[in-house]
Amino acid sequence: MRILVFILAMMFLPSLAAAQETGGVPSPSITKGKGEQCVADTDYMRRYHMKELSHQRDETMHEGVRTKQFSLKECIACHATTDDSGQPVPINAPGEFCASCHEYTAVKVDCFQCHATKPEQKKQAQASALFPMTALAEPEVSQ
Amino acid sequence: MNGSGFDFNRRRFLGAAAAAAGVTLAPGVTLYGVGQAQARGLDEPASGEVRWGMLIDINQCTTDCTECVSACATENGLTGHGRPATDAQWIRKVSVRDPKNGVEKSLPVMCQHCAEPPCVDVCPTGASFRRADGIVLVDKHICIGCRYCMMACPYKARSFVHEDLTDQKPHAPRGKGTVESCTFCVHRVDAGGKPACVEACGATGHGAMTFGDLNDPDSEISRRVAQYATGQIRADLGVDPGVRYQNL
Repeated sequence: MRILVFILAMMFLPSLAAAQETGGVPSPSITKGKGEQCVADTDYMRRYHMKELSHQRDETMHEGVRTKQFSLKECIACHATTDDSGQPVPINAPGEFCASCHEYTAVKVDCFQCHATKPEQKKQAQASALFPMTALAEPEVSQ
Repeated sequence: MNGSGFDFNRRRFLGAAAAAAGVTLAPGVTLYGVGQAQARGLDEPASGEVRWGMLIDINQCTTDCTECVSACATENGLTGHGRPATDAQWIRKVSVRDPKNGVEKSLPVMCQHCAEPPCVDVCPTGASFRRADGIVLVDKHICIGCRYCMMACPYKARSFVHEDLTDQKPHAPRGKGTVESCTFCVHRVDAGGKPACVEACGATGHGAMTFGDLNDPDSEISRRVAQYATGQIRADLGVDPGVRYQNL
């Protein structure tokens, strides 16, 4: 009996350590984004972010509409974290914003086979030195 | 950390200012227009009244200069594996030599952004498409990597990504198993800017490349096309490229 309890404990310990315990149900620990709130209600974003991203993707790709609300680039810019040395951590790295939920729900995310996983860095400094006008225009671009 | 926080706010502010300008200003009046380029509002789709094009003056292009090629690689994050046969190449320098008198010229060749693009004709999934403003792109979300477009292109303008990629540029997503080519730096054009190659060429002082709206009679490119004899590569194919060459 004691052995059985021990085995069961060993089975559940790692999952408990990885997830926060909320009311007896383990849930993923999600890193908070910058700013006060997301571009839409949290409940809405949880349920429909993929639909909004997919819709935005077609509009941006085919029509050149570059609104920022549901732009993947903006999601990453806001939700990416930096490590101890100030370098951005890939958004799909274990425990990061995208990965924490997607690993928990076992839903594979294909976005990052092509899309950048880190927000753009140092671009502005480089661009403004070479092309001052473009540096002004650059921030308006969204993916 | 404070620095990046400030930066973020500044970006948001500029974005909001640009969006407001797009709504309130009359068409053609731009807040941050560069040269002849017009900036649309962020929520405005690309207009069919615009035909983006490029004019390349070959007399201004020197054989040893590859600034346009390296600017393209930097801008779009094109990294190679030291395998020229398969590495991505969105723009390349081509040397032409007249065997009769030995005169050699060098010119950049990239996607010619045809009005009747053969790559779009052959694409089985609709991934290869021509945007309303004349920019020919690959929607990599629906590209299956069959490479028919690469064979159909008379300008050898497209590349296939053979290997896994990391650290792509946020504005230029690229991935294994899809075809890609020059986008006229569509992310810059949508923001009212010029392609990276054109800017780099201007920065060298050669100024061989002019980018603009071929449909706007007042744009610099249209004035030049009206003034000088310009031509298209393989005009006989009838695909009406948006890239024109002067003194070829």
